[in-house]
Amino acid sequence: MTRLVEVIAKALVEDPDAVQVTETEKDGQTVIELRVADKDMGKVIGKQGRIAKAIRTLVKADATKHDKHVVLEIVD
Amino acid sequence: MNQSVTGTGKTVEEAVNNALAQLGVLKEDVEVTIVQQPENGVFGLFGKKEAVVEVVKKNTAEDAARAFLTDVFEAMEIPCELEIAENVTDEGTFLNVNLIGENMGILIGRRGQTLDSIQYLTSLVVNKKAQEYTRVIVDTENYREKRKQTLEALADKMASKVGRYKKRISLEPMNPAERRIIHARLQDNENVVTFSEGNDPYRHVVIQLNK
Repeated sequence: MTRLVEVIAKALVEDPDAVQVTETEKDGQTVIELRVADKDMGKVIGKQGRIAKAIRTLVKADATKHDKHVVLEIVD
Repeated sequence: MNQSVTGTGKTVEEAVNNALAQLGVLKEDVEVTIVQQPENGVFGLFGKKEAVVEVVKKNTAEDAARAFLTDVFEAMEIPCELEIAENVTDEGTFLNVNLIGENMGILIGRRGQTLDSIQYLTSLVVNKKAQEYTRVIVDTENYREKRKQTLEALADKMASKVGRYKKRISLEPMNPAERRIIHARLQDNENVVTFSEGNDPYRHVVIQLNK
């Protein structure tokens, strides 16, 4: 599932090399953390979080397939 | 289709520039094939040949969309074929992407939420470096047309309800494209007027009696 977030984030940002995605399990819940270069934060969040919401929707669709509960956190 | 033109000139560079001018694009957006090198001929008189190049416009929007979506569906492990067509109309350039596969329900999501997200992200990727804005429309299994018909039927039903009960009706929140379908459908209905109310993501259409 990290792969999906990585693919999307890298396509959106100016600095793809700075994209980092990690996955951890917390209380039976999968937490995916996305880190990007400071200047690229806006590129993965968007106005009123619109881009972040779209990424989360895709992650959720992917998680449903694997019967998992996934949270995407964008870390600054 | 990839557009291609032939350019001629005294030098290869001049030929390329002539071709670029015909296409109205930058050098980065094309692939150049040299058809004929220029020759000065004998004493610059006999056997003189102009440079001839063939310049093919790269379909940058299509390529960007294809590369992005291929990666996304591969990561999601959803086998999916992409049918992409670029259409230039009076209203601008449209990139129509059709997804063909077995598990398309997952990609549509509740009320098309997932499909809309795919469409929005693809649009961002396609227009990231583009000079002209391309509108991206992602569809599968004719979902957009079916949804349009559903919304039009809903609009008609609610409009007649408003007429019967003489009360205004608020529809559920919808995105701009869906609200537009409702407004357009009821535009010529003289019994009701429509407008939108509230802020995204709760913005919704209200139908009320036309006084």
